This record gives sequence, C-alpha cells and structure tokens, in this order.
Amino acid sequence: MAAISMQNIVKQYSDGFLAVNDVSLEVGDGEFVILVGPSGCGKSTLLRMIVGLEDITSGDMLIDGTRVNEKAPRDRNLAMVFQNYALYPHLNVFENIAFPLRLKHTPASEVKARVEEAADVLELTEHLERKPANLSGGQRQRVAMGRAIIRQADAFLFDEPLSNLDAKLRGQMRTEISRMQRRLGITTVYVTHDQTEAMTLGDRIAVLRKGLLQQVGTPHDLYDSPANLFVAGFIGSPPMNFIPGRARDGAIETPFGDIPATTDRLKGSAGRELVILGMRPQHFEDASVLDASTRARGQTFTATVDVTEWLGDQLYAYVPYDAPEDVTQQLKELQRELDSEQMRTQLVIALSAESRIKDGTVTELWFDSAQAHIFDPATGENLTRYSSTQPEPAGPSSTPSDQLVSPDGHASTEQPES
Amino acid sequence: MTGNRTSHWWTAWGLLILVWALFPLLWMVSLSFKDPNTFRSSTPKFFPEKWVWTNYKTVFSDSLFTSALRNSVGIALIATLLSVIVAMFAAYAIARLDFPGKKLLLSMALAIAMFPQAALVGPLFNMWRNLGIYDTWIGLIIPYLTFALPLSIWTMSAFFRQIPWEMEQAAQVDGATAWQAFRKVIVPLAAPGVFTTTILTFFFCWNEFLLAISLTSTDRARTVPAALSFFTGASQFQSPVTAIMAASVVVTIPVVILVLVFQRRIVAGLTAGAVKG
Repeated sequence: MAAISMQNIVKQYSDGFLAVNDVSLEVGDGEFVILVGPSGCGKSTLLRMIVGLEDITSGDMLIDGTRVNEKAPRDRNLAMVFQNYALYPHLNVFENIAFPLRLKHTPASEVKARVEEAADVLELTEHLERKPANLSGGQRQRVAMGRAIIRQADAFLFDEPLSNLDAKLRGQMRTEISRMQRRLGITTVYVTHDQTEAMTLGDRIAVLRKGLLQQVGTPHDLYDSPANLFVAGFIGSPPMNFIPGRARDGAIETPFGDIPATTDRLKGSAGRELVILGMRPQHFEDASVLDASTRARGQTFTATVDVTEWLGDQLYAYVPYDAPEDVTQQLKELQRELDSEQMRTQLVIALSAESRIKDGTVTELWFDSAQAHIFDPATGENLTRYSSTQPEPAGPSSTPSDQLVSPDGHASTEQPES
Repeated sequence: MTGNRTSHWWTAWGLLILVWALFPLLWMVSLSFKDPNTFRSSTPKFFPEKWVWTNYKTVFSDSLFTSALRNSVGIALIATLLSVIVAMFAAYAIARLDFPGKKLLLSMALAIAMFPQAALVGPLFNMWRNLGIYDTWIGLIIPYLTFALPLSIWTMSAFFRQIPWEMEQAAQVDGATAWQAFRKVIVPLAAPGVFTTTILTFFFCWNEFLLAISLTSTDRARTVPAALSFFTGASQFQSPVTAIMAASVVVTIPVVILVLVFQRRIVAGLTAGAVKG
C-alpha cells in the first residue's frame, strides 16, 4: 500500500519534445486514479515514469514519501500490466505468474500456494499448465493481472490493459478490474484513452492534453463542471455540443435562438462578444414528448433534423447548422485533438426513444438551458459559474488527501514557489 | 484440381533438388565402402560389389587422422563456444542499448566478414611464427573467432531485435536485475537465434580449410580438412581415394547429428503468444 506523489514532473526527449510538462498529481493510498487523454498526450509516459521505465527530466516522484527518481524499476515494488500483456512465451501460465516470486527465491511450497490462490481468484486454475500462445485474449489479460497481484506490490499500474480486447470482453474485464481493486484496496493508476473506462473505473480522473494536466477530479466533477473546452469535449458520450454564441444585452445569441444569460450560471458571458456554448446531447429533448412545466424550464427551437439513429433506448438526432467562420476554425482544431473529425458543424442530440422524429423533418426541439456551459473561444476556459449548492456526489472511496486542483476546477499548472 | 497439380509439381521439384544434393554424398558413402584395390574396375558401378570396412579401419589406425579428428573437435568446439558467448553479449548491446560508435562497430564487423581470408594467410603465417603460436590450437581459434564473430553478431542482433522490449521491461518491473532479465527472458526467447548461430559457427570452424592448412604443420593442430590432403594409400601404388572418402564420411557425421539435434530447437515462432497481434 502506498501513496504516489508526482511533483512538477517533466519529461523532455532529446529532440526537445515535451511529452509531460510540469504535471503534479497526488494518488492517495488505496485510490484508483485514471490518467486519460487522446493518444500522444503523455499519459503512458507519465505511467512509465512512475514505474521507472522512463527517466524523469525534472520534478520529484515520491512513493510513500520516498523519492524514487533514481531507483530502478525492481526497487520500486510496483506491479504493472502492459498493453500487450508482455507474458513470457517460453513459460507456462504457472511460471508466468510465479516469475516475480522466483526472482526473489521464494520457497517452492509458498510459490505453489500463492500462485494457486491467485489462479483461483482469476479463474485460471485449469489453465496453469498451458503456454500463453494457446490462451485467449481475456485469459492472457488475466495471467498478466495474476503476475501483478502475486507480487503484493505497493501499487498497480495499468497501461491501456483493455484496448486489445473486443468490446464485450472489455466490458467484462472492466468490471473485473474494478472488483479486484476494491477487494484488494490497492493504490492503482490506470491509463486509458477511453473515456467510458475512465468514468466507470476511477475514483478520480486526471485529464491530460499535450503533456499538460487539464483537470483532476471525480467523474462527476469532470462531467458536471469541466475546467475547459477540452475536458468538456473529452468526457461524455456522445461528446458535448459546442455552439458558437454572441453575448448581447444579457442574452446569448445562438443559431438556435437567444438564451437568457441572466442566471448566475451564465453571467460569466457578460462583457464578452463571442462565447462557446456547451450543451450535452442528453440535455436536449423532443419538445412534443415533454409536459408544459418542463418545457417552460428550458428553451424551445425549431430545426431540421438531418439524420436520426434509433438505438432502442435512445434516439440520436443530427442537426446541422451554420456557424461563424472564426469559431468554426477553433472548434475544428479541438475536434482534431479529440480524435474525431466532423465534416460539418452539427448538433448531436440524444432524445428519448419514444420520440417519433423522422429524418429530414423540421421539428420543435427543447433544451435545458440551466445545464448549459459557456467557454471562452480563445482560451477554451470555462466561464460557467457553478452554484455552490450543486449536489456534491461523493466518490465510492475517494478521499484524496490534497488535490492539486484549485476550487474552481482548474488544474494547477502554474509554477509553485520553489 | 489445379491446386493438386501444383502440389505434384512442387513434389517433383523437391525430389529433383534432393537427388541433386544427395548424389555426391551417396557417392562418397558408396566409395568409402569399396575395396581400395579394386574400386577402379573396368565396369564401374555406383554401389560397391562387396561392402568392406577396410577403409574405415585404415583411417582410424592412421594417427594422422585420429589426431586431426581430436584437433578438429577441440578447436571447433572452443571457437564456437567463445564466439557464441561473445556474440550474444555484443548482439544484445547492439540491439538494445544506444551507445556512441554503434554504427561504426556494425560496419566494421561487416567489413571484417567481407575481408578475403586468402589475403590474410601470408601475414598471419609470419605473425604467428613470431608470436610462437604457429601450429597450435590457439593459433587457429583466434582467426576462426575473428571470422565467425561478425556473422554471429549480425544474426543474433536480428533475433534480439525481434523480442519485444516489453518482455524485458516486464521482467524489470517484476523485480529482475538487467542480468536476470537477460538470462531468464531474453536468452530463452532468443534460443532459436542462438542455436542457429551456434550451428553456423560450428560448421564454419569444422569445415575451414585454408587457414587450417596454412597455419599448421604437424599433428599438433592440424584439423581434419587439412589432414585429408595428406592422406596416402596403404602403399604408394594404392589410391587413397576410398580412405579419404571414409574419412570424409566420418567428419560429416557430427555435422548431420548436430543438425538433427538442433533442428527441434530451431522452432520458428517461439515468441508467438508473447504479445497480442
């Protein structure tokens, strides 16, 4: 058991590329922290610096209060599950799991007992004599986890462990990892680019972008009060809609009509010309299925629904619109970073399944303006003022000792006094 | 149907090549069993009319051959062992570590491999005599090492490079020292490469003729390929051909055994299942 503390960690490659730029993050004892971000954001590099496979250019890496920057991986007592599992192909499952114990010259009887115990937990007992080549993807994944749990390591590190599995297996293994972590209560750092994994697994999530820490918080924090456009666009599926708006006389003009900006939440738009309005697809609804009181709470507008996708429990509708050139450019850039490239500016909205909207029809739609977020188009900064009375959902076991995140949800990326 | 016909063609081709390759060997075996006095008959036959062991008896009673055999085995084994060990470490360093002069080292190794041996024989002869290692085991082992190492290093570094980095990193995280990771993970995984290199090096040392004949003068260090050329018949009127063939068969056997033994170890795809995809 151990707490991991990263203080102003920097990783600069010999060609000058900053893979990780001044990241400070505290992982509490027994906490499950997710590092998430698009490919190339430095999350894997950061994980490899924790385990010691990558040198730290500057900053301090502390495990249980001890600086480990110069320690070899074997002296850090951490267990890691690699993306491609990295099982030893010449050893059978038993020896693969027993490998860390063999290195420590553990007595054979103890090795046997512990491997069998781990195999029992991971349901690998009948495969112990087989070679990794003859195992399925899920079984290999479990062997890799077995090798990690047998160590009685101080912390688990996962490097995108599920990305090689098919969708169904991924869901099962996700639950499995979560269950295992809860039962063992071991400090875990988990790297993924998949926001669903991040949301479902983590006590806290750290979002990285181009080596910079964007925001650290519980899944609820990130979803309800993202620090900036990037986090807002990254967390949530389908992603948040970004609509260009013009602030004018206490209202925000959008392609879908004016939204009153008199509420506390949207007051941040005052005195600005351009803002970006962030609306989650789930906060839209087909106006015809709502009762009058709900309708009154939000805004209704008419728009042409281009394409609909009915999923059984939900209906996704796509609503194209025209946006001013300058904002479009900024949004396009953001989308490229988020690994999605939309051809046109469009709203993606999630409607209830009983909605009867057809492709290509003009429909009356409704959205909950109380849930809108506003962002600065230039800096991407979140201008929304979240009320302090917002229900603060407590994470399952999240008691971070000290979050390095300022109260307004912005990650501290500024230099501390040194 | 076409598929079937194609495979027949392949079988025919295979047989043709097999006959082509085996014919000299068969002839060699056949000759070694013929009577040395009568093998040049007026009606030559491929197989001996009467199978005799005389040639083998002649060969093994000749101290020229037995001492040569001893020298060959000793020199080839020592040279191979040293070469494989040195090449293994060198290849690992080249495949895994970044150090200044790595490119230079590799190209130098290749240059040595390309250097014509014939051009070296003269200078080596003089040097070895001055150093006092002319006609000794070490005098042959050193040049054999020199010529075997470049190829061994190249082959093995290719094998090492195929082993995923993660294997080693996983071992390090699991608590292995660099040496433990090398010994318990990398070497077993590179075993096919190591065996291939071992066999190639052994063949080279075992079959080498030019240096063997130039740098030896007595039974002290003369190896079999060199000794074969000194064979004479039982009398000056007898042709040594059948005896030479018997000796050739004897020296071919270890090579065949070696291939058969290691064939199973040279299993392609040993790393299958290490990492996905």
